[in-house]
Amino acid sequence: MKSLLKATVAAFALVAAGSAASAADVKACFIYVGPIGDFGWSYQHDQGRLAVEAEFGDKVETAYLESVPEGPDAERAIERFAREGCNIIFTTSFGYMNQTLKVAKKFPDVKFEHATGYKTADNVATYNSKFHQGRYIIGQIAAKQSKTGVAGYIASFPIPEVVAGINAFLLGAQSVNPDFKLKVVWVNTWFDPGKEADAAKALVDQGADIITQHTDSTAPLQVAQERGVHGFGQASDMINFAKDAQYTAIIDDWAPYYVERVQEVLDGTWKSESTWDGLAEGHVVMAPYTNLPEDVAEMAEATEAKIKGGWEPFTGPITKQDGSVAAEDGVPLDDGAILGMNWYVQGVDDKLPQ
Amino acid sequence: MRLELVKRKERSQKMALLSPIIAIGLTALAAALIFAISGHNPLVGLYKFFVEPLTQEWSLQATIAKATPLVLIGCGLAVCYLSNNWNIGAEGQFVVGALFGSALPILLPEFESGATLPLMLIFGAVGGALWALIPAVLKNWFNTNEILTSLMLVYVASLALDYLVRGPWRDPDGYNFPESRMFSDAATVPDVFGGAMSLSTPITIVIALILAVVLAKTLKGFEIRVMGESPRAGSFAGFSAKRLTLFSFALAGGLAGLAGTMEVSGGLNQLLPTISPGYGFTAIIVAFLGRLNPIGIIIAGFVLALSYIGGEAVQSAMGVSNKIASVIQGLLLFFVLACDTLILYRIRFVSHHAPAGEASHV
Repeated sequence: MKSLLKATVAAFALVAAGSAASAADVKACFIYVGPIGDFGWSYQHDQGRLAVEAEFGDKVETAYLESVPEGPDAERAIERFAREGCNIIFTTSFGYMNQTLKVAKKFPDVKFEHATGYKTADNVATYNSKFHQGRYIIGQIAAKQSKTGVAGYIASFPIPEVVAGINAFLLGAQSVNPDFKLKVVWVNTWFDPGKEADAAKALVDQGADIITQHTDSTAPLQVAQERGVHGFGQASDMINFAKDAQYTAIIDDWAPYYVERVQEVLDGTWKSESTWDGLAEGHVVMAPYTNLPEDVAEMAEATEAKIKGGWEPFTGPITKQDGSVAAEDGVPLDDGAILGMNWYVQGVDDKLPQ
Repeated sequence: MRLELVKRKERSQKMALLSPIIAIGLTALAAALIFAISGHNPLVGLYKFFVEPLTQEWSLQATIAKATPLVLIGCGLAVCYLSNNWNIGAEGQFVVGALFGSALPILLPEFESGATLPLMLIFGAVGGALWALIPAVLKNWFNTNEILTSLMLVYVASLALDYLVRGPWRDPDGYNFPESRMFSDAATVPDVFGGAMSLSTPITIVIALILAVVLAKTLKGFEIRVMGESPRAGSFAGFSAKRLTLFSFALAGGLAGLAGTMEVSGGLNQLLPTISPGYGFTAIIVAFLGRLNPIGIIIAGFVLALSYIGGEAVQSAMGVSNKIASVIQGLLLFFVLACDTLILYRIRFVSHHAPAGEASHV
């Protein structure tokens, strides 16, 4: 018995020694709020991680933790990575903001990257993408394709990013059909296939024949497929889940950003910044336009090219829901106004939760 | 052929002590098998899961911090269960306690003094106790089933928290996100030993030790045990079942509420729409794993917390899915309960051909 115990201890000691050594120059670590199998938000971040592995090979080691609840568990997960020798840690949900800053304070030599937040520090950068650019395009497609003139929007939390998405979608739609109507359902979650599907069904029952979403699962599109209406993929190309229903998808492509930032850590040139790029830089990508007549697909491509050329979808005239003017004719909103958006444009059939 | 469980005449003291160790051994074997099947080195997996969290000061502290609310809630629940009061609603008492405790830093953020934190902790305990007294009062006066009422009140509490965080208590500077303002330093449970642990842990250990003494050495402890095992005998001794129901629910709710306030104040530093990953329910398991004994509950809470921290360690080090970590946690509970069952019962094989009369002897 005693010798067995000794052998076990020795084996563990060997294992411990072996696993501590690592040949990589940089360790990049990722924390996901959902399972990597959500085929939406967390899945796309993990695709970015895999791109980092493919790009750098043995020079960079990666690790991830999935389904990490926001709160004390997140703080422990982030701190675990900092202690395990990660040089750069990507925390990929808004709700990790305060925990990321708290751990970053304790580990000044580790670089932190927080997605979609608004607080930075010397070693905490933030990054986000101009998803509203894609939303303008799908709004135009929706207005062209809808027979009822009503679209349904499944929204997560009334934060500026989501509100801006709703507004961009409707502005796009109104550019085609000024009377276009938009119904909004708030599900108060990022990932809950059951709730998202229920919301989609309710919206279809209320006459929406286009469903779009700012949540992470494929459920709304699957409902659209079943009910014979149409929709758009969110975060990821969801065509495999809705062969006939998906017109296109707004794809978050984090790979170029992750590769760039890890390269900067390797080079020693990493700085804390707030990155907010879109279609032009390839951080937002439109999936192939499918199930669409040729002229509609061409219109979408033309708008995409126009946005890539520097045109801002939030360009006046923009009227707020209360009738006041948000932007005069031909004047674009500045970044701050978009990033802090807390008002609806005229035509949204909903009251913004305050 | 079929299997039957036959009650043993005597409970083996030696096996009672050995059974948790056997259970952990069996879990380790099963875990090694799972690691091997999923293409990972089983030795590395076992080391990361069960040993590594204990070898580093930080992860050891993180484990203790994770165990703290489980132990505190579990101790209160043990008093309930020993006295035959089935309080299943500790999760709700945890949440209401956190709401009461957070009211001060959220509604009066400028009130920052040495009294802030003690007042919050008292509010939290009072809030949890009041919430727990609802099923106790209903049981005493209307003879309702406390399992149902205490459980249902969990959902009421969660929805109240959800409403407050999205509505009146939302951070005015929080960009509409459903979260309260951050607490000031005066409203934060201070860290001890420079890191992952807060003052909540020493407070919890002191409370658990006091409860252990009360249960083992005092008249109150005797009353709790007698009323649980034989209420009729207890009533001859002059003990009142109704008073004890109120007492045990208030105590369990108070401790759960205290745990809620300390978790929000020490860990989150703000209210969020969900503040507990099911601590109130997990604590039920901890209470029974610890054999309803405060010292046992400390150990059980630690083992359960270790399974969480170990689960994260194998995920991050080996890229194992977090589902595998959950499976191993489930296996641990399975083996502990199975070993316990075999202490009280033995297995008898009954063949189909046996005369019917023989089986009915048992």
